[in-house]
Amino acid sequence: MAGGSWEYAPAPEARDIVTIRREYGLFLAGEFVPPAAGESFTTLNPASEEPLAQVAAAGAADVDRAVTAARDAFERTWGQLPGRERAKYLYRIARAIAERAREFAVLESLDNGKPIKESRDVDVPLAAAHFFYHAGWADKLEYAGYGPGPRPIGVAGQVIPWNFPLLMAAWKLAPALATGNTCVLKPAETTPLTALLLAEVIAEAGLPPGTVNVITGDGSTGAELVRHPGVAKIAFTGSTEVGKQIQAAIAGTGKRLTLELGGKAANVVFDDAPLDQAVEGIVNGIFFNQGHVCCAGSRLLIQESVADTVLSRLKRRLATLRLGDPLDKNTDIGAINSREQLDKITGLVAAGEAEGAQRWSPPCQLPAKGFWFPPTVFTGVSQSHRIAREEIFGPVLSVLTFRTPEEAVAKANNTPYGLSAGVWTEKGSRILWMAQRLRAGVIWANTYNRFDPASPFGGYTESGFGREGGRAGLAAYLDA
Amino acid sequence: MPDRARPTPTPRGRTKGPAVRPPVPDGTRVDVRKTYKLFIGGAFPRSESGRSYPATGPDGTVLAHAARASRKDARDAVVAARKAVPGWSGATAYNRGQVLYRVAELLEGRAAQFTAECVQGEGVSWAGAERTVTAAIDRWVWYAGWPDKVAQVAGSANPVAGPYFNFSVPEPTGVVAVVAPAAPSLLGLVSVLAPVIATGNAAVVVASEAAPLPAVTLAEVLATSDVPPGVVNILTGYTAELAPVLAAHMDVNAIDLTGVAAGGRAELERLAARNVKRVFAADGDWEAPPGTARMLAFLEIKTVWHPIGI
Amino acid sequence: MDAHVATGAAGVAAAGTGTVSIGAVSSDAALRQILHGLPGVDQVGAHERAASLATRSIKREAKLWALEMAVTMVDLTTLEGADTPGKVRGLCAKARQPDPADPAVPPVAAVCVYPDLVALARAELAGSPVAVASVATAFPSGRASMAVKLADVADAVAAGAHEVDMVIDRGAFLAGRYAQVFEEVRAVREACGGAHLKVILETGELATLDNTARAAWLAMLAGADFIKTSTGKVTPASTPPVALVMLSAVRDFAEATGRRVGVKVAGGIRAAKDAIRYLVLVRETAGPDWLTPQLFRIGASSLLNDLLMQRSKQLTGAYAGPDYFTLD
Repeated sequence: MAGGSWEYAPAPEARDIVTIRREYGLFLAGEFVPPAAGESFTTLNPASEEPLAQVAAAGAADVDRAVTAARDAFERTWGQLPGRERAKYLYRIARAIAERAREFAVLESLDNGKPIKESRDVDVPLAAAHFFYHAGWADKLEYAGYGPGPRPIGVAGQVIPWNFPLLMAAWKLAPALATGNTCVLKPAETTPLTALLLAEVIAEAGLPPGTVNVITGDGSTGAELVRHPGVAKIAFTGSTEVGKQIQAAIAGTGKRLTLELGGKAANVVFDDAPLDQAVEGIVNGIFFNQGHVCCAGSRLLIQESVADTVLSRLKRRLATLRLGDPLDKNTDIGAINSREQLDKITGLVAAGEAEGAQRWSPPCQLPAKGFWFPPTVFTGVSQSHRIAREEIFGPVLSVLTFRTPEEAVAKANNTPYGLSAGVWTEKGSRILWMAQRLRAGVIWANTYNRFDPASPFGGYTESGFGREGGRAGLAAYLDA
Repeated sequence: MPDRARPTPTPRGRTKGPAVRPPVPDGTRVDVRKTYKLFIGGAFPRSESGRSYPATGPDGTVLAHAARASRKDARDAVVAARKAVPGWSGATAYNRGQVLYRVAELLEGRAAQFTAECVQGEGVSWAGAERTVTAAIDRWVWYAGWPDKVAQVAGSANPVAGPYFNFSVPEPTGVVAVVAPAAPSLLGLVSVLAPVIATGNAAVVVASEAAPLPAVTLAEVLATSDVPPGVVNILTGYTAELAPVLAAHMDVNAIDLTGVAAGGRAELERLAARNVKRVFAADGDWEAPPGTARMLAFLEIKTVWHPIGI
Repeated sequence: MDAHVATGAAGVAAAGTGTVSIGAVSSDAALRQILHGLPGVDQVGAHERAASLATRSIKREAKLWALEMAVTMVDLTTLEGADTPGKVRGLCAKARQPDPADPAVPPVAAVCVYPDLVALARAELAGSPVAVASVATAFPSGRASMAVKLADVADAVAAGAHEVDMVIDRGAFLAGRYAQVFEEVRAVREACGGAHLKVILETGELATLDNTARAAWLAMLAGADFIKTSTGKVTPASTPPVALVMLSAVRDFAEATGRRVGVKVAGGIRAAKDAIRYLVLVRETAGPDWLTPQLFRIGASSLLNDLLMQRSKQLTGAYAGPDYFTLD
């Protein structure tokens, strides 16, 4: 009973709520079918490296079937439906996600490695909210401000990443469907399962076959989808490198494109910040979802006069983070999504050390199996270090300092990226001054990593173009 | 007050052939010929390459020797534009509207000159040229009214599910390269340029290769208006030479390929992908109402969150 | 001692403002400089942090540990106009032996009563480790002269109170008369002698979390052994965000001065689940060192039986019924 001996007992979420099939086919024209070439790949639980399922690898013929099915649905069924009817289908999907929330959350944490508290409290509710929000737009598009008769574009090819598998599927499908387009969705190779469960929900919701098709596979499947001539619009979320390849690949085709790419966001803490909340914001900014977040606050810029205070508070706080079993309800930091990503993080961290930055992690026991990386803070970082320039996409924070607001802005903007930024200060006029000057699509002032379907999200410069969410997000799927 | 919307055509303007440089009749004064230069950072340099090319009428008559901008001129124009971005995008929208309206006033005063240049460069009738010139002036007036409205049309307050105030505002993307359509030379140019700068961007324009003269005259108007140096930079020369430089330039944020024939766009779009440029191209009826698409193409939506608490 | 504390506090409180001189510490201006130099508290962020900690899932042996620890942290309280010797006797019996059916259940930390019932409580609790706490200083409003407040304290201490729960003058605090509040706490601290002083901030009347942090620092600077959220007579009483801010304050104060001040949450805490959530807040904010009755208390009455019922459920696996636990 002595103080200090209180350790939380394991509190694992029950895994048996979700039934994972041994094999998954492609979701084409309303049903699950085997891939033409019969090839498949294994998706792992990154926390244990245990295989979860064999998933179909879609080839060119499958992509063609999917696009053809989507084209048919666009021309004959979904594309002909009045907005009010589309709305009802989307409301059904929103409700069904909520009904099966626990199932989605557990499956997401198993396939992705993210903590159950995040899949349960963030990914799944936001995915449902995204469908609910966009459902309401379906019959109100003429009021969206894009002219009197906004029309859908056609078949949308949507390629999504592994960091928020279900949520990104919702971000892509909901606005596309609300505006009357049909979809071919390509989930990430390492995280296909929740998109396939969503396909099941969509089938149960009774959407006309072909309205949504889910083709699983690796980058080559995505490339096939991008270059298929039947696709009128491409929406991609992922790395800047692949985004550039896609933009180049569709050059001259007239295909519409939106890109949501990488980031290297500055999280700027002024000396008059609400320090405890700023520390929470820093933690949430970079350690949420293991730092696998394109808008992660990966560059912490602290005003020099409070740098020591903030760092000591931050380190004290990081010591309380709980890393481990993603299904444990008390886990704060889950598994790195893949071996490949772990290697990338490890490599960049090694570069940070080699370049002379000081590496620090709280005492942290890493599980023996699976892909893990401890929360890591680099101090003594300068703008020229690779860890201050390149997107690490992992739980690694680079700390820099500044003296004046001008210097903070200059450093924050000194990057080819421009997705997001954070500002912490109690001074209202300074918040607005900063918000005006930071070159980023999302500015979180005195908060970080907040998302909402009504709030447009997307980048400046090499972080991509186009917005997702809100009225602004509809433009990506309308021929106005 | 004379009806300035319908300037009296000069006899010279109606003639075919070397209209801007008529032979000098005996006993009259020798006219002063204009040198058509580039417009970069508020100055009128010759091409650093020392090159020029003949700007001809449709019948092949040489109207003038326009500067043939080089890759380095394009680079200099981008530098000038980048330098102008903070001041121009940071100016109040009201101020930008005032400045642009002033340009319209000056354009009106030069209507006859523009009309003459269009007639000579495009071979259209005086009435036809006059129609597009007045449409261009009216379009400029239309855009002059937009700076302090576009944020209200393209922005929003977003009702998020939580104790946050959340708003979205459009901001200029930065430096926009514009390949102006070949014709109508002034109306086309104004239609692609005005939306770029009305929204607070700085522009590097590749003028119509075939009919560059109105673009240079427009530059003269801009230089004598209150548009800050570098906000508009105009290059004359070969589109095929300049457009790839701008499309590949890593400090250009967006490119409007309207003036590039459809077949030529693919390669430029590929180059534009190097730094994820925003690419826009829209062909169409220049005399139709333009809508907001050209402005929205060069705006970024920025969304700001802040908690609501005590 | 005051000077030492104030100097340390100023260093933490107002980055860049430097230290406050010894002589100036009790002026409104000097205190204002310290208190308004504290980092602000963003209300939304504090609420989100508290809500996020509320999702911690405490199971099995960790839950049993927490339930028993919570029992030992209870200040079993009756503060009614209708309190009688009989009522207090019952309360004391419950405090000594919360669960007659299971002697393994530890006694609570203290009983908390009005000053006139302190002597009775002392007598009833003789020989037990349960302390007697008395409210004082014109509880709950604090609206009386300094002389009356000090007499109230002296009365309670003379009657044998081990602990005194005073209220601050919220009117003076909200009017910026920080020196007055400081001086009252300091004087009460002196009047307490060997008794422990808990300073009730009545955060429900302070309205903002910024004020909560400032009042917490003010009380600590003036010598509080504990800072306490509420009288229980004002709504809202203790809330997790308020506790979060106060726990952060004692943590920062200890870091600056080396002195550990306790935190007492009070008012409306009736469910074992809520008590456990407070313990999570303690563990993850002030740190595990505060998980002791010497540094954390829960002022409550009906909570105790819920703790016992949940404990029984943990031990037997069957949900408990209220008829099996004594009402006093």
